[in-house]
Amino acid sequence: MTSTDPLTQSDTRSALENLYRCLQDHLSIHQITNPVIIGIHTGGAWVAQALAEKMAQDLPMPIGLLDISFYRDDFSRIGINPEVRPSSIPFEIDDQHVILVDDVLHTGRTIRAALNEIFDYGRPASVILAVLVERNGRQLPISADCVGQRITLAPQQHIKLSGPAPLAMEIVSV
Amino acid sequence: MNPSLQIDANGQLQHFLTVEGLPKETLLSILDTAESFTSVTERDVKKVPLLRGKTVANLFFESSTRTRTTFELAAKRLSADVLNIPTSVSATTKGESLLDTLRNLQAMHIDMFVVRHGQSGAAHFIAQQVAPHIGVINAGDGRHAHPTQAMLDVFTIRRHKPDFGALTIAIVGDILHSRVARSQIHALNTLLAGELRVIAPKTLLPAAVESLGVRVFHRLEEGLKNADVVIMLRLQRERMQGGHLPSEHEYYQQYGLTAQRLAAAKPDVLVMHPGPINRGVEMSSAVADGPQSVILEQVSHGIAIRMAVMSMTMQKNAAENTAA
Repeated sequence: MTSTDPLTQSDTRSALENLYRCLQDHLSIHQITNPVIIGIHTGGAWVAQALAEKMAQDLPMPIGLLDISFYRDDFSRIGINPEVRPSSIPFEIDDQHVILVDDVLHTGRTIRAALNEIFDYGRPASVILAVLVERNGRQLPISADCVGQRITLAPQQHIKLSGPAPLAMEIVSV
Repeated sequence: MNPSLQIDANGQLQHFLTVEGLPKETLLSILDTAESFTSVTERDVKKVPLLRGKTVANLFFESSTRTRTTFELAAKRLSADVLNIPTSVSATTKGESLLDTLRNLQAMHIDMFVVRHGQSGAAHFIAQQVAPHIGVINAGDGRHAHPTQAMLDVFTIRRHKPDFGALTIAIVGDILHSRVARSQIHALNTLLAGELRVIAPKTLLPAAVESLGVRVFHRLEEGLKNADVVIMLRLQRERMQGGHLPSEHEYYQQYGLTAQRLAAAKPDVLVMHPGPINRGVEMSSAVADGPQSVILEQVSHGIAIRMAVMSMTMQKNAAENTAA
């Protein structure tokens, strides 16, 4: 890493607020009253937790955790992630409306892997993709339903989320 | 053994031949990876795509049901293709040498060999002969080692009693012929288990067994005192050539684990056995099926441990591909 450009704490807070509002609208437009929420390890899980807490009063929902290490498309190139942890989906997926949460949508490969893993648990009624940050650089035809903040970055720049409390984003150049 | 045969310059597992000499970090990373695979077996689709397109050959020169089946299941749950080659029907019985068998299988583009053999050092020999991209896993060689069994035992202990340093662990029975016991002792010592005991008649102990870092007991009741874990071993009748034991009946009288004897151990003691159990020889049915027994858990954990080791040894291809 050569340089960091911290986004302010309030940027992260307002991104989360935007995401929360978008989700509320999305759920009410589609008349979804009992969704489940699944965060992708690690950053997505933090965001999912924060969203679930915000929604807890109106719409309490069970939380799952997905570690997509076993579904990555680059195992034959980079091997197994040494920090892989068990996925934990403590509820039925069949016929559920799943809110899939990640911190950053970039190439789309993580979401591809997550969708594959979710379908190995069951057949959801729908999957809604919610991301805290959407950046440029998609390599697959995947787009988010709800976005907290859109950022355009140079290829060598990445967004790093730290958490779980408080959530804070920074832009890192590698 | 040359440790670099198992571990490459980056510390990644190349082959899994013995626990002996592997660093603690490697053993912990096997346990952690296995832990993450346990959730896979609880789902509807008990499969991940990690080894899709890889081919695993199970080469079993000795009979086995549990080990071979769990290796096969582990490979299938990783989406690999599996060839089972029981050597009783293979070309080795027609006079083909082991090396020729290997070369033929390599010509069929096998990516991994899982080997069980009656000769100590067989898997090691195979690992030295195969092409560099192939991983070799020892599923038991002679009296030498059975590393995946030891790891699944350690995994089972860790899930119930994670503080290894505080544990007293007793291994009971035929230590002399047991590759399982040897691998368990190496694994538990590397993971800094508190106190390791072996309990056996003198005729079933190897010479200088103390040098492995264990306390030796000849009386079961004494050795079981305050034990947190009791690991029973199978009497290996097929490896015994006379003189080791007066009779199985007498063995059970002295070393058979009964509920009454088990009372000497801690109240929450874990009772383990690598299987197959000889009921009424190593232990009573009441103990084997009792509340302290985790014997069937060991079987389930065998799949997760084998998935972990298989996926870890296939990573070396990963590193080479990146370099290319």
